[in-house]
Amino acid sequence: MERKYLLGNEAIAHACLEAGVDFVCGYPGTPSSEVIDTLRAQPERPYYLEWSVNEKVALENALAAAWCGVRAICTMKHVGLNVAADPLMTSAYTGVTGGLVILSADDPFAHSSQNEQDTRCYAHFARVPCLDPAGVQEAHDMIPRAFALSEEFGIPVIFRPTTRICHSKGDVELGDAIKSTRKGEFKKDPRQYVVIPAHTRVLHKKLNEKQPAIRKRLVELGLNRYEVRGKTAIIASGIGATFVQELLSDAVSFMKIGAYPIDEEWLGVFVQKHEKVLVIEELAPEVEEAVRQVAGMVPVFGKKNGYAPYEGELSPQAVAGIMEKAGFLKKSPFAAPAPVTDLPVRPPILCAGCLHRGAFYAIKKVFRDAIYPSDIGCYTLGLQLGAVDTTICMGASITNASGIAHSGETRDVVCTIGDSTFLHTGIQGLMNAVYNGANMTVVILDNRITAMTGHQPNPNTGLTACGVETPAISLDAICRACGATFVETVDPYDVTGMVNVLSEAKKRKGVKVIIAKQMCVITARRMGIKRGRYEVDAEACTGCGTCVRFGCPAIEFADEKARINDLCMGCAVCAQLCPVGAISKEGKK
Amino acid sequence: MTGSYDILIVGIGGQGTILASNILGEASLIEGRQIKGAETHGMAQRGGSVESHIRIDGLYGPLIAPGQADLLISFDFLEALRYSHYLKKEGTAVVSRNLVIPTSVYTQKLTPPTEDEIIAALKKHGLCLVEADRIATEAGSPLSQNVVMLGAASRWIPLKPESLLEAVKRLVPKKMVEINAKAFQMGRDAGGKS
Repeated sequence: MERKYLLGNEAIAHACLEAGVDFVCGYPGTPSSEVIDTLRAQPERPYYLEWSVNEKVALENALAAAWCGVRAICTMKHVGLNVAADPLMTSAYTGVTGGLVILSADDPFAHSSQNEQDTRCYAHFARVPCLDPAGVQEAHDMIPRAFALSEEFGIPVIFRPTTRICHSKGDVELGDAIKSTRKGEFKKDPRQYVVIPAHTRVLHKKLNEKQPAIRKRLVELGLNRYEVRGKTAIIASGIGATFVQELLSDAVSFMKIGAYPIDEEWLGVFVQKHEKVLVIEELAPEVEEAVRQVAGMVPVFGKKNGYAPYEGELSPQAVAGIMEKAGFLKKSPFAAPAPVTDLPVRPPILCAGCLHRGAFYAIKKVFRDAIYPSDIGCYTLGLQLGAVDTTICMGASITNASGIAHSGETRDVVCTIGDSTFLHTGIQGLMNAVYNGANMTVVILDNRITAMTGHQPNPNTGLTACGVETPAISLDAICRACGATFVETVDPYDVTGMVNVLSEAKKRKGVKVIIAKQMCVITARRMGIKRGRYEVDAEACTGCGTCVRFGCPAIEFADEKARINDLCMGCAVCAQLCPVGAISKEGKK
Repeated sequence: MTGSYDILIVGIGGQGTILASNILGEASLIEGRQIKGAETHGMAQRGGSVESHIRIDGLYGPLIAPGQADLLISFDFLEALRYSHYLKKEGTAVVSRNLVIPTSVYTQKLTPPTEDEIIAALKKHGLCLVEADRIATEAGSPLSQNVVMLGAASRWIPLKPESLLEAVKRLVPKKMVEINAKAFQMGRDAGGKS
């Protein structure tokens, strides 16, 4: 037993060690990535671990491992569960023998996501249990229980932390790691694992029959619990429960929901003891709907009658506001001082020396009046450079591009997609575009790594998650195998070279693929690659602003002159853009 | 309400706010205190504005409400102003004088506030300005600015300076221990002079 100050995801990873996990897989996605990052960084790994190419692949892998009787965890962000939804829905039918925990991390407020969907709705839909922690310690403590629950009922269990759990920190009481002695063995049982209609109808019935016992067990385990203290009650789940606890008076009853499905009978007994009930939860009204079903004449305050928001994340001040509005708090203790307005914004931007900035520059130079579908990755920040017109989900740049190209739109269509995203769900789109004769250009921004989520390796890197060398996949060969005939690899630091290749692509019909290949500048720095900084010759600089509009954080502008600061990574793109040649390598002039 | 001591550390992605939060966490563990926190990870770290909430003796949630922070530690002069509404009236801001101009100033032609304007706004609270860049360079490495800032802030943090120093030694890379120990002490001296 020891106490450590840990990130939520590190605590969850440690709990996997305490549960004796055997099989770990997933696809990186904020806020979930550090669970596997922590597990792969362990000095000893008595478990199999992989970064899979996407979430569907990951879940099918983990499911099969759990069929063989070992404990498996599969991690992803909430939208990853959309990709894995196909195996999820039927894994509830086949069930498992070893514990299977599906970690799907939600992102209320969409800190780093394209939407605010709620994983609890998936659990409801698939009829699998879902554990919903309210803090770092609870997240840690729930993991061994999730495995045990999965084995007890022979069903996958969803574990749903949110950004404010994954990326919260706390002093956590840890248990000891244990080494599993389980060995996978597949026992043939076609009625369980071959879901032909005759089998699946029976499995569906069995799944439904498991539900009442699961509901009762979640209460027995104390995952759902309450304390009756007065005539009014607050029912809360997730991080919102901790904000309620900070404000709660001793005269108000409190129910904490940490797991689904909720036992309606048990819930009804509690609700009926009160004159009014307030429900506090993030995103979907999952708890509130259950409460309304059993409330009868007891007034319920929540999202459905406008007391709480459906969107965004909760905060201490937001919860205090809801409690005040619903009459559970006389006055919010939080004064709300106004933030200083009109400050220059500081959003995240592409790093100084990022390959994407050079690639976007060349694309916009050659294809001035074009449509630019893009994808999910660091390069979504190309929005700030006017080089991103659409982003919807992983892999959709290529399919959006072909859709636009086939719609009758007459302008050129040039889409951008990262290497990891292309391997995740981009290949099918490319195959489809070539097959159906779209006219478009695909630029694969190839930095050899999954950069945005923390530099996880992918099949393009030549390394596995555990650092073992593996054949690096050929993007060129994949694109040609999809039927593309114009496939060119260029260095996005070489503006002229990239402009020439793009100009050639512009002249041709069909699907043209350009692989803009250059190492992620953060990886390069970590590997000790030094390119030497650039500087502006103040006398030669005319102050035209061409380099400043390039949007690199290393380029400043003061007193009508450009200046390069010490963020410069030496990519040399700005030197190629300067119309008067005022930018050169430090000390070269 | 809990009786936690609430600290907001702000800066720009890459300036070391996460290490600073870890040092406070480790120091709290050394003293057997409870601690909660929350921070920015992921894409927001790419040169964007970042914040780290730390609640010493915190029992429940990890987030600090605006108007509730006892201490604001800012690694950037401008970011201090952006987050100043988190401070209690009687709270204190410990602020690095280094200002990194946001790229938006150049690309969108926005005007940043002047130094005097920033100081005037922050003076509504206790204010300690720190020459973090200069002190860190004197201590041996400009990379130790975050530890300089913690040293300066240690005058207000309700943890023993010995615990904080021990935490610094445990968490920085081995070959940087001496420089950071010096950075902490020089920062603490600077904090005492304000």
